[in-house]
Amino acid sequence: MNTFVDAFRFMGDHTHLLLLKTAEHVELSGAALGIALLLALPIGLWLGHLHRGLFLAAGVSNVGRALPSLVLIAFGLTIFGVGFWNNTAALVVLAIPPILTNAYFAVDRCDRDAVDAARGMGMTGRQVLMQVELPLGLPFVLAGIRIAAIFVIATATIAAIAGGGGLGQIIVNQASYGLGGVVAASLWVSALAFAASLVLAAVRRVASPRHGSLP
Amino acid sequence: MTVAGGPVIPNFGSGSSCEVNNGWFCTEWVHQHWGDTLQPALVQHVELVAIAVAIGFVIASALAFAGFRYRLLDAPIGLVSDFLYTIPSLALFQILVPFTGITVTTVEIALVSYTLLILYRNMIVGLRTVPAEVVDSARGSGFTRLQTFVRVEMPLALPAVLTGLRIATVSTVSIATIAPFVIAKGLGQPIYDALGQGVFKTEIFTAGGMVIALALLLDAAIVLAQRALTPWVRA
Repeated sequence: MNTFVDAFRFMGDHTHLLLLKTAEHVELSGAALGIALLLALPIGLWLGHLHRGLFLAAGVSNVGRALPSLVLIAFGLTIFGVGFWNNTAALVVLAIPPILTNAYFAVDRCDRDAVDAARGMGMTGRQVLMQVELPLGLPFVLAGIRIAAIFVIATATIAAIAGGGGLGQIIVNQASYGLGGVVAASLWVSALAFAASLVLAAVRRVASPRHGSLP
Repeated sequence: MTVAGGPVIPNFGSGSSCEVNNGWFCTEWVHQHWGDTLQPALVQHVELVAIAVAIGFVIASALAFAGFRYRLLDAPIGLVSDFLYTIPSLALFQILVPFTGITVTTVEIALVSYTLLILYRNMIVGLRTVPAEVVDSARGSGFTRLQTFVRVEMPLALPAVLTGLRIATVSTVSIATIAPFVIAKGLGQPIYDALGQGVFKTEIFTAGGMVIALALLLDAAIVLAQRALTPWVRA
């Protein structure tokens, strides 16, 4: 238990360092998540809207799960060398599958009657997607984004071994920070992941359509 | 934190030109080090995963038995497993070290806790599909609650349970690569060593490829088992 006393003492003594590393961590995770959203969300939603590419949507998540974060980071390092892109690329690759797959199934499995009604009212394909399918499927889309965020924050920790910065730098450097520092940073990054997860869960709750009140 | 591997990195004085220049892929290195590096790491990796998934399955089954019988427990169990799932793997390993030390136990506890959410959720989903009449007739024929659970409900919930097993197994193969941050075991170790020694590409690509291949192979094996064990699923 002494280690935990050390850990909390470390948090008190090195708050500034932890906050700095947290900022780096959020920056790296946020950039990767942002790029992954830009790439995966339109593709997933559009394929779901067309009810095409089931093989891609299901396959990408199966393959994505089989890609270990350490392997992706190591591959990124051999291809891009040390820098911003090796880790960002690895994190983006990891974040795409849950976002794409959930976006696809959110739209693909959308209530057919609602979609038919929208079409009958003369909505174009884009309007159906943006005004009917996306709002109805939003909770599931957000569930995918939440999983992606958890993956990205966890992997950004490991990215420290490839010059990624962030809280992982403290975790992998026991020689400098001691076990107390390592545990402190571990608790800190867990809190960060939990906070991100809670925020996205809250957004999901707000976005969930309430029963009986149609917009 | 980790012990550097044995004769892993080629001796840069006497290696082949590919090895000395750190080429993209040196087949001769793979031939030379399959026996002393890659194969043992593969065996360790399979062990780590098998133990974690087996223990995770037993614990998740017990939790599912409790959570399904007593609905009040379902939400707290789901919440705790979700909480465990959210903790970054590297952080969980380090938080456990003060308790269980630099041991395989530390790694296994972390790996098991990541399987719980996936297995538990899928078991509950599967159990909800079991028709009430079937359960009633089992109870009526004198089965105890536990017997009904093990011999009637779980087999009928098998499609969802096996889907959970499949996802949990593949994820565990992937997360077990982080083990070398605690103990020098599994296919993560050669990757970790190679990163520390001038990013030796051949070793990274071979060991990394082996992890991915292992995950995809186990995935396919469970899909086949699923087809054989639950023929009623296919329409």
